[in-house]
Amino acid sequence: MSETMTMNAPLTAADGESLKVKLARERRNKQLKAIALVAPLALFLLLTFLVPIAMLLKRSVDNPEVITYLPQTSAAIAGWDRRGLPSETVFAAMARDLTVAKEQKTVPEISKRLNMDISGFRSLIQRSARKMPLELAPGESVRDHFIAIDERWGDPDHWHVIAKNAKSWTPYYLYSAMDLRETKAGTPELAPEEERAFLSIFGRTLWMSMWITLFSVLLGYPVAYWLANLPARKSNLLMILVLLPFWTSVLVRVASWIVLLQQEGLINSALMGLGIIGEPLQLAFNRTGVYIAMVHILLPFVILPAYSVMKSIPPTYMRAAISLGDHPFAAFWKIYFPQTVAGVAAGALLVFIMCMGYYITPALLGGPQEQMVSYYVAFYTNVTINWGMAAALGSLLLVATMTLYAVYSKLVGANKLSLG
Amino acid sequence: MLPNYASPIERIWFWTFRALCVSVLIFLVSPLLVIVPLSFSDNTFLLYPIEHFSLRWYQEFFGNEVWLNSLKNSFIVAPAATLLAMVLGSLAAVGLTSSNFPGKALLMSILISPMVVPVVIVGVGSYLFFAPLGLTNSYLGLILVHAALGVPFVVITVSATLGNFNVNLIKASANLGANPLTTYRRVVFPLIAPGVISGGLFAFATSFDEVVVTLFLAGPEQSTLPRQMFGGIKENISPAIAAAATVLILFSIALLLTLEWLRGRAEKMRTAVEH
Repeated sequence: MSETMTMNAPLTAADGESLKVKLARERRNKQLKAIALVAPLALFLLLTFLVPIAMLLKRSVDNPEVITYLPQTSAAIAGWDRRGLPSETVFAAMARDLTVAKEQKTVPEISKRLNMDISGFRSLIQRSARKMPLELAPGESVRDHFIAIDERWGDPDHWHVIAKNAKSWTPYYLYSAMDLRETKAGTPELAPEEERAFLSIFGRTLWMSMWITLFSVLLGYPVAYWLANLPARKSNLLMILVLLPFWTSVLVRVASWIVLLQQEGLINSALMGLGIIGEPLQLAFNRTGVYIAMVHILLPFVILPAYSVMKSIPPTYMRAAISLGDHPFAAFWKIYFPQTVAGVAAGALLVFIMCMGYYITPALLGGPQEQMVSYYVAFYTNVTINWGMAAALGSLLLVATMTLYAVYSKLVGANKLSLG
Repeated sequence: MLPNYASPIERIWFWTFRALCVSVLIFLVSPLLVIVPLSFSDNTFLLYPIEHFSLRWYQEFFGNEVWLNSLKNSFIVAPAATLLAMVLGSLAAVGLTSSNFPGKALLMSILISPMVVPVVIVGVGSYLFFAPLGLTNSYLGLILVHAALGVPFVVITVSATLGNFNVNLIKASANLGANPLTTYRRVVFPLIAPGVISGGLFAFATSFDEVVVTLFLAGPEQSTLPRQMFGGIKENISPAIAAAATVLILFSIALLLTLEWLRGRAEKMRTAVEH
């Protein structure tokens, strides 16, 4: 009886406190210390990286123009039953809003936004704003006056567009980025074929990334195998040939590829000098050029992780298989290759992810047919200043990348990311 | 290498395989070898053959306000971003390896994510966020985002170094009478320093080679060397670019040599500790 008592009595430290409690506290302190060490970086990334990305995501559904610059119309049109034309109060609100907009010079903002839904809306708004403030003849209704300014005000479709945009968010940009458009019922449908653009750009991005990844693996795997099975002295020396380009600026490499691949470039002159071709080949500023330069940039990202995986495989496995009667090729395929698949696949996935977001190389070495999604994000930001479209394309690209990254983290573990 | 009894097919395979590997390695270095000589040409186009050698493009590079300014900017932004990334990244790596806490794997994925998020998205997002704060067209904005892009490298390399770290060494040091500060200075720091520094080198290279965020965030005043090269390649590609490229290649050789030296040192230390 007394024995079981001592067994059940909690173990205590010298000061009489239960050891279990003490241990738990110790562990908690350690956790808190760890969290305190990670916190500065987490906070830093939150402010310099995560919040900016969240702003981009929000921007893709932002729809501020109509509610900001046509506030009274937005409020009045909410009561419209969407049949026929809106009531006189809506027209009157529109007249007041446009008068204010004319004074505050915000007409271009309104017309630019509405013109996205119906082309020609720009001129309608601009022409009407010029006629503000209204000078009504006695007894004339605002509605009739508006229709007299431009008969398109009598078309309910234009009012539907205003009503649709009289809220602070819109799926418009995200739909457009997927070549969808909103029907009157509010459901998405595929845009007519001649208006589609972005699905093929996303398709092209994936397609090109796939080929670049494939070429990188096909060229990188043998080199990694060779280097991993050479004597250390030799392989360290040859490894420099992989590491040096890896550490060299991407811009330097793109400039060099232009030198090599252009019409009068080294490769064309060499081939013509040897009499292999009569006319210079078009190698730069097209897909060939982008593929060559991208494979060059991404090859080290395949070779380095593959090399470190292969280094960890004992050479005795292959020797054992061969001495047991396997043909060297069969031994490689059955014994060596399966052990490298996971590591190489992880490297390839990382290359694919990096490829999808690439901007510089296609922008400098490709033609219009080689530009990937990133290019259009930059294009809508810098050239047409359409933040909504830029953000929507960026958000979709981000979703695609993050999905693949989640797969990568699950398979490999983010902390196992190898830097060679 | 090839045994005498190898069959003809094996011989052919052996040599094709070698030829393939050698050509891939040539493919990897040839662009670097091609651009360096052109920087010494006196031709106004980046073309071979080189008829007369001259240093005029180096004069152009080192005598030109715009190029020099961009070089100066790169040497302001990259070290500052690297220092920030090294301090924050190393602290976080110590925290991440010292204890387990809920959500650690997810947190790690988030801390590494600047490495995989397309830079264009980071560029546009940080422009949207920084513009109202007055951080666009400023060094500070550029340094902050470049540091964020460099952080994953520091976290990865320092965590890897700490993963190999033998905790018993701390106990041994204490047992031999060293106080915690001495232990840190003479045992812990020398062992993790190579990880911190090589992470820093990666962060430095990232910032030093960054174009896209700079395109969005920097004004002409803050234009960095890669940004200047990007514009140069896009508009008129002159051998001044080859001169800039040669300078950058020399720089990457220096980075690479430092890294290899660190790696060798770490290796030696580790084996010395284990024996």
